[in-house]
Amino acid sequence: MIILSVESSCDETSVSIIRDGINVLSNIVLSQIDIHKAYGGVVPEIASREHIKGITMVFEKALNIANIKKDEIDLVAVTKGPGLIGSLLIGVNAAKAFAFSNDIDIVGVHHIAGHIYANALTKDLVFPLICLVVSGGHTELILMKEHFDFRKLGETMDDAVGEAYDKVARTVGLGYPGGPLVDELAFTGEPNYKMPDISLGKTYNFSFSGIKSHVINLVHNIKQRNEEINIPDLCASFQETVSEVLVTKSIRAIEEYDAKMFMIAGGVAANKGLRKKIDERINNVEVIVPEFKYCTDNAAMIGVAGYYQYLKTKKTDNMRLNGSSRIDLV
Amino acid sequence: MFKEMVINSVKEMDDFAKKVGKTVFPGYLLCLEGDLGAGKTTFTKFLGASMGITDMINSPTFTIMKIYEGTLDLNHMDVYRLSGIGMDYDLEEYVYGDGVCVIEWYKNIIESLPEEKLVIEIKIIDEFKRLLKIEGFGKYEEIVKKISN
Repeated sequence: MIILSVESSCDETSVSIIRDGINVLSNIVLSQIDIHKAYGGVVPEIASREHIKGITMVFEKALNIANIKKDEIDLVAVTKGPGLIGSLLIGVNAAKAFAFSNDIDIVGVHHIAGHIYANALTKDLVFPLICLVVSGGHTELILMKEHFDFRKLGETMDDAVGEAYDKVARTVGLGYPGGPLVDELAFTGEPNYKMPDISLGKTYNFSFSGIKSHVINLVHNIKQRNEEINIPDLCASFQETVSEVLVTKSIRAIEEYDAKMFMIAGGVAANKGLRKKIDERINNVEVIVPEFKYCTDNAAMIGVAGYYQYLKTKKTDNMRLNGSSRIDLV
Repeated sequence: MFKEMVINSVKEMDDFAKKVGKTVFPGYLLCLEGDLGAGKTTFTKFLGASMGITDMINSPTFTIMKIYEGTLDLNHMDVYRLSGIGMDYDLEEYVYGDGVCVIEWYKNIIESLPEEKLVIEIKIIDEFKRLLKIEGFGKYEEIVKKISN
């Protein structure tokens, strides 16, 4: 089965062609990051306009590189949400137009299902599994007992982990995107600053707003005393506390649900501090981390998720398919 | 109409949000101002709960807006990143739509917002205490009276 997939939920315009949910024939990603850098983050309206500019070219390039004809495509899969509404609509409408004009069925796919299924490109999934979804907009612990069966064990009650990283970066005057910079600096410092307890006890929910406020107050107080902030140490302290709570809750979920596999998904899956802690602490189950190129937004992962979604549900959407800024995975 | 009130605890913030929740109508516009960590998202969680929304309300920063469907939709926006850019057309139809709009860091897009709105500024006094500065314009003047008692 050959799937053409489309992803445009944030600032990457991407089209991929994938065979049987595993062989990526092409995966074109047009990133807008350099455009948004100047604004310290993605600007929705600019993102929408850039998607419009790029989408046709990305479609053509994906088809050319895969070297297949349109009539060989069995299914179109597209990210229907969550994401920036204007950006989503460009991808959804382009996918609908392509499907309609070539008489191909279409399925709308949840963006996070895509991030989770990026891991299936690395290894066959074994169930039950626990997936830690960490990105700029998400922090969720998901239990899967079989393909395309998601149960949300917990999620952030306030800021997403990637967002907390960006806000900490902003507080100490690092650039955008701040997460990777904090991660890098953390390795050059020591966790000497005391951080608040963010474990929240037995729940699988997370909260990162408290530690974010703590860092802001800490920096403010140090500045008022006219002292120097040791930024590497601050980054190390923040990263240690955050990665500790993510890994500790993951381990508890692995044990409680007797998981055979553990994986991480989403943009923060590229965080080296988190990967290191997972390496050190999670040893008794198989651990998958997505390839770096599939950590950030891309259409290949939507193609894989769309493939398993279709196999499981046998359902397709119709031309009423619409984008939605906030939809639940489960 | 302008009022100030002190909130002494999270519980009092919840009570206050419930009062605000009783005043919402389609097209309601509530602007929030306050530093990072002041409690803008906490207030919005309580407001959403009082409107009957059961989904987890968390930060909209990354996507700038999250829509929670309910009897009245709650459109929760954080326009911090639109500083110096101004109103985004993608957001405009929601600001002028039928839901309840809560906008954090509204000053970044103030030129594009309607004159009539409710503005709540949350100031940090200490770890738990907050000072609320509440101002209503147009039809929201009456609402300030209702929620500040």
